[in-house]
Amino acid sequence: MNTLEKQKSKIEATVESSIETIDGDIATLNLGPTHPSTHGIFQNVLKVDGEKILSSVQTVGYIHRAFEKIAERRPYSQITPLTDRLNYCSSPINNLGWYMTVEKLIGAEMPKRVDYMRVIIMELARIADHLVCNSVIGVDAGALTGFTYLFQQREKIYELFEEVCGARLTTNLGRIGGFERDFSPEFHRKLKDFLKDFPKVFNEFDKLLSRNRIFMDRTIGAGAISAERALQYSFVGPNLRAAGVDYDVRVLNPYASYEDFDFIIPVGTQGDTYDRFQVRQEEIRQSLRIIEQAFNNLPEGDYKADIPEFFLPPKEEVYNNMEALIYHFKIVMGETPIPVGEVYHSVEGGNGELGYYLISDGGRSPYRLQFRRPCFIYYQAYPEMITGQSISDAVLTLSSMNVIAGELDA
Amino acid sequence: MQSKLSNTAVSDALKAKFGAAILTSDTPYDFLTIEVEPSAMHAVISWLKKEESLDISFLTNIGGVHYPEQTDREFAIVYHLQSMSNNFRMRLKAYVSLENPEIDSIVDIYAGANWMERETFDFYGILFKGHPNLIRILNEDSMDYHPMRKEYHLEDATREDKDDRFFGR
Amino acid sequence: MGKIEDVEVINGEGFQLSNLEKVVASARANSMWPLPFATSCCGIEYMATMGSNYDLARFGMERMSFSPRQADLLIVAGTISKKLGPILKQVYEQMSEPKWVLAVGACASSGGIFDTYSVLQGIDRIIPVDVYVPGCPPRPEQIIDGIMKIHELVKHESLRRRDSEEYKAMLHSYNIEIDAK
Repeated sequence: MNTLEKQKSKIEATVESSIETIDGDIATLNLGPTHPSTHGIFQNVLKVDGEKILSSVQTVGYIHRAFEKIAERRPYSQITPLTDRLNYCSSPINNLGWYMTVEKLIGAEMPKRVDYMRVIIMELARIADHLVCNSVIGVDAGALTGFTYLFQQREKIYELFEEVCGARLTTNLGRIGGFERDFSPEFHRKLKDFLKDFPKVFNEFDKLLSRNRIFMDRTIGAGAISAERALQYSFVGPNLRAAGVDYDVRVLNPYASYEDFDFIIPVGTQGDTYDRFQVRQEEIRQSLRIIEQAFNNLPEGDYKADIPEFFLPPKEEVYNNMEALIYHFKIVMGETPIPVGEVYHSVEGGNGELGYYLISDGGRSPYRLQFRRPCFIYYQAYPEMITGQSISDAVLTLSSMNVIAGELDA
Repeated sequence: MQSKLSNTAVSDALKAKFGAAILTSDTPYDFLTIEVEPSAMHAVISWLKKEESLDISFLTNIGGVHYPEQTDREFAIVYHLQSMSNNFRMRLKAYVSLENPEIDSIVDIYAGANWMERETFDFYGILFKGHPNLIRILNEDSMDYHPMRKEYHLEDATREDKDDRFFGR
Repeated sequence: MGKIEDVEVINGEGFQLSNLEKVVASARANSMWPLPFATSCCGIEYMATMGSNYDLARFGMERMSFSPRQADLLIVAGTISKKLGPILKQVYEQMSEPKWVLAVGACASSGGIFDTYSVLQGIDRIIPVDVYVPGCPPRPEQIIDGIMKIHELVKHESLRRRDSEEYKAMLHSYNIEIDAK
């Protein structure tokens, strides 16, 4: 019997015994919607016996914004701002995933340079996403230091995004068919600085928590889920990998030339809060490796594909060239012909497989666009993960699952 | 990484097993898409999971699509499935009518289908028979329509301060 | 006694004279306890504002008050859907007077890009708002600017404003009942 099974049977035993022994001492506790530890708006109505959770009923949808309905009314290029607001901790991944979906639909091939630039941006975004999650696990366990320390570095990632596209959080980064401009020399300088400075700070943060006795006691065994149950619940991303399944879209269905890079998929064994934390820590290190590889081998070439009917021409050409003016008009008005068809494309987002199911009827906007939102799908396992645990463990479990309200509620 | 299964192999296996319940088979953008008789959907998904040579045992996504002009086939329910061990993805579709938008729930096969089906019910009003708790999930309980159906407006109807002429309504 | 900013004081032998109203207002402004009602994207930028680079604590806002009972400033950062509206209103009603509201971002101010069936088109439909911060999401500098604007309001508010008929009528127009004191 391995540790996980032992722990699980222990939990089951405690739940059963507590149900037998309590005589009307069960309290109902509302965790949320505005509880400070929920990092977003979710409600969990818990039945508790003292500190122990017996059951939980979830309510979600508090920031349902109808992305999928809006997407049916907007031209393709105007859907990017919606994807920004899905998982807003790593917006560029969502943006670029959407572009790749459309490029798949129209059959556009990207130059190698675009792929490598995209990889750099997406891995930076992954680091930013995991930094929020892991530093917030620290905050919920009572260690605010890591949060303030890491957020300084996170600001540097924001500065890099600003250098590329001008925005910090909701980036709207890039275009269908590449980037609006090449990486500036300033970006190169800042990225070099980041790659030099960040590992030091990150290792200090790692030392602060990874082998910290208090942190380990709080997180090991908290909110565990087995690989079989995780697969049953369609878990993806770091949460599935923490349970021991090495599923990563970047490896299994490579996009944007991910097959060119050398990196490993970290996996856990127990699927508990500590493993989720460690998997994310390791993924940050692997992302740094990927960025270094992509940055050092950035191929020569164009920063955009040659698809004038989808990629906005430069302004000088619009004013001086008839053809460019026509393309500009068509793109801005959403009059570009789009092939009829349906595609599914997925990228490895901050929380795992982020899918785009796009049906086009040839019109100016998608006939149907569905986002496969990893948060929404795996958050439903939360009651199962916290039953039998204490309330403080439930809080840590929630933050370690990295549930992002924007992505969850669509 | 290359897939270990081919589209035709899976499509042929399904046709051999289920015969007339498999209505059409297509591969748009090299993605196997199979239309299944709604009543057979539960059995097909269950078989795909159990069949060891295929091992299509991961539910990626469930979604609905509304086609108002297709009489008796107004709603499509789309299932995306994948096999991690064989690195294979496929799509199953079933069409149901507006009068009787019913299909068997697959919560007993995949626990993760619970909320996906609730969302599809919330958006389109498709009824999943056998679902343990088929209530709205994202919208308010008091909502009296299914907003993703094509006939309903996107915009907030109570809004007065926006001039329609400037917002292209 | 430390220096009180923006308040005229007359110092004498063993005493100090000033205007009570201004002293109270200045004290309130420089130790606000914010309640972050952060729902979505703007909440992440609000976290950045609290973080070490922008450091909200230097304005006397070190303590985030997650309990509405002890909060002075309700910072609504992010989209408020119709489902969430009643909860926001309840949080506002639970706060004790005097209280201020800062709407951070386009969604909280007007619904933003989400002119949809599910999103409340601006929180000022259910609760009164003092300062709006534009942006989707606003940069931390903008959020700080909004908080500075709130500080200005607090510093210049008269002690009796909350008892005035106009204020009561305004609350009444939002269907918020004033608890008897």
